[in-house]
Amino acid sequence: MAEIIIGLYVFVLATLAGREVIGKVPPTLHTPLMSGANAISGIAIIGAIVVTGGSEGGLVEILGIVAVAMATVNVVGGFMVTDRMLNMFKKND
Amino acid sequence: MQFLTLVEIAYLLSAILFVTGLKRMQSPATARRGNGMAALAMLIAIVATLVHPGYQIVSWTGILIGMVIGSLAGAVAARTVKMTAMPEMVGIFNGFGGGASALVAAAEFVRIQQAPGSPMGLEAGITIGLSMLIGAVTFSGSFVAFGKLSGRITGNPVTFPLQKTLNALIFASLILIGGVLAVGGTLGGLPPLTLFWVFTGLSLLLGILLVIPIGGADMPVVISLLNSYSGLAASAAGFVIGNNVLILSGALVGAAGLFLTMLMCKAMNRSLANVAFGAFGGESAGTKAVGGGDKPVRSVDADGAATMLAYASSVIVVPGYGLAVAQAQHDLKKVMDILEERGVDVKYAIHPVAGRMPGHMNVLLAEADVPYDLLFDLDEINDDFPRTDVVLVVGANDVVNPEARNPQSVIAGMPILDVDKARNVIVMKRSLSPGFAGIDNPLFYMDHNYMFFGDAKKSMQELAKAVREV
Repeated sequence: MAEIIIGLYVFVLATLAGREVIGKVPPTLHTPLMSGANAISGIAIIGAIVVTGGSEGGLVEILGIVAVAMATVNVVGGFMVTDRMLNMFKKND
Repeated sequence: MQFLTLVEIAYLLSAILFVTGLKRMQSPATARRGNGMAALAMLIAIVATLVHPGYQIVSWTGILIGMVIGSLAGAVAARTVKMTAMPEMVGIFNGFGGGASALVAAAEFVRIQQAPGSPMGLEAGITIGLSMLIGAVTFSGSFVAFGKLSGRITGNPVTFPLQKTLNALIFASLILIGGVLAVGGTLGGLPPLTLFWVFTGLSLLLGILLVIPIGGADMPVVISLLNSYSGLAASAAGFVIGNNVLILSGALVGAAGLFLTMLMCKAMNRSLANVAFGAFGGESAGTKAVGGGDKPVRSVDADGAATMLAYASSVIVVPGYGLAVAQAQHDLKKVMDILEERGVDVKYAIHPVAGRMPGHMNVLLAEADVPYDLLFDLDEINDDFPRTDVVLVVGANDVVNPEARNPQSVIAGMPILDVDKARNVIVMKRSLSPGFAGIDNPLFYMDHNYMFFGDAKKSMQELAKAVREV
């Protein structure tokens, strides 16, 4: 099977899984969920690493480095700020 | 076992952790660990990519430079951001994520152009085009949304004649240029790379044009939608480099963003199309409205309000964004603590759009140490109002406006908290001025409603003092 078809299977099944998993999150957690999901979209860092690491310098490398930096801001900032928020949620005792 | 197989198994582990991590987000008790699992999944995916034999990472310096700069900037921003500014923060992070996907597409396009004698296949052309288009729209759109939320750009809808026609023309040009590039052709004798930069510029312009006509009050919906786009952009980048973890995680975020966007629209009783094209919700909406005229209003001072609250057996607080702007949530918590010590049954009613993004008010109250199990959403608490002695509304307006039940009203059908059904209502507010919807609120003139005029923080401090002395 062509690689792109396997990719499409992964895409469609992940979308369905995402809807199932996320549909049950209580409203209380919607902001952390949005910011956590946002951090996961920083997965573009994988693509950035691949293009930067495989480059032989020049424009490709520059574009790649900027991509790595931007995606890292998204990943590190996103997970940290989500953790900071979730750490504040406490139950009544 | 081959090393490649090991790396692929690491990717699979990462995928499992992403899904499980998101699932743990279903409960406040496990959510923090869920976020940690997702972060671990990211780390595993990054390490697996760095050592992946198929990708042949040779240039380490560039990756290191990018990661160090990105980590520092991200960590500083995450530690210093104020909780009230969360929507802006998510907006910026989101823009960076989309920007990264667009740059991956650009780098891959340039690489293919530079490689001698290797024409770009149709498959690569389509995936690169999609990744660039969605990534660039997310990037520029997110920064416009950030500007609107932080007041750097006007919060009013920016509209001009033929705006939708222009957007449609740009979109058609993008499809044309993208199509030409994908089949390896040229347009007007321009070299493919020049054509690609035109494609990039038009995508960025489209992102700006799609967001500027939307009012500041609707920005959280836009951020949520752009969040979904940034996931799709990452997924498209996954197709570009043929990486399934990237495709999977991007699709998960795409679904999450879309679900939250729908939810927010439902809470405002509007369709996604209405938010995107309605040019609604500007800051100036309130000024159009008529005031209360000379209808009689009952008002109450700190001592009066304190007595009502202290001798009630049940109290529900309805916090609005005005509370957070005034930074009065800590003083509110003090008042409620004193009431609880007196044996009053205290609950908080949270409207889905109480803050500036769904669940924002919950975060702001959590910051003030209000336990999350005292917080109830609209469906859970609306039946309790008729049995409640006193409702304290702080800095909220449209979400408690009974006009929503009037089919002729502009806010007809908007889900509201039925506070007018309680025995007594105290509304803490600066004036009788209308909210975002720009209409008068009949609740303010009802016989069992008492207005407590003033700044939320100052009023709440006075109330805390008065309640202590009752």
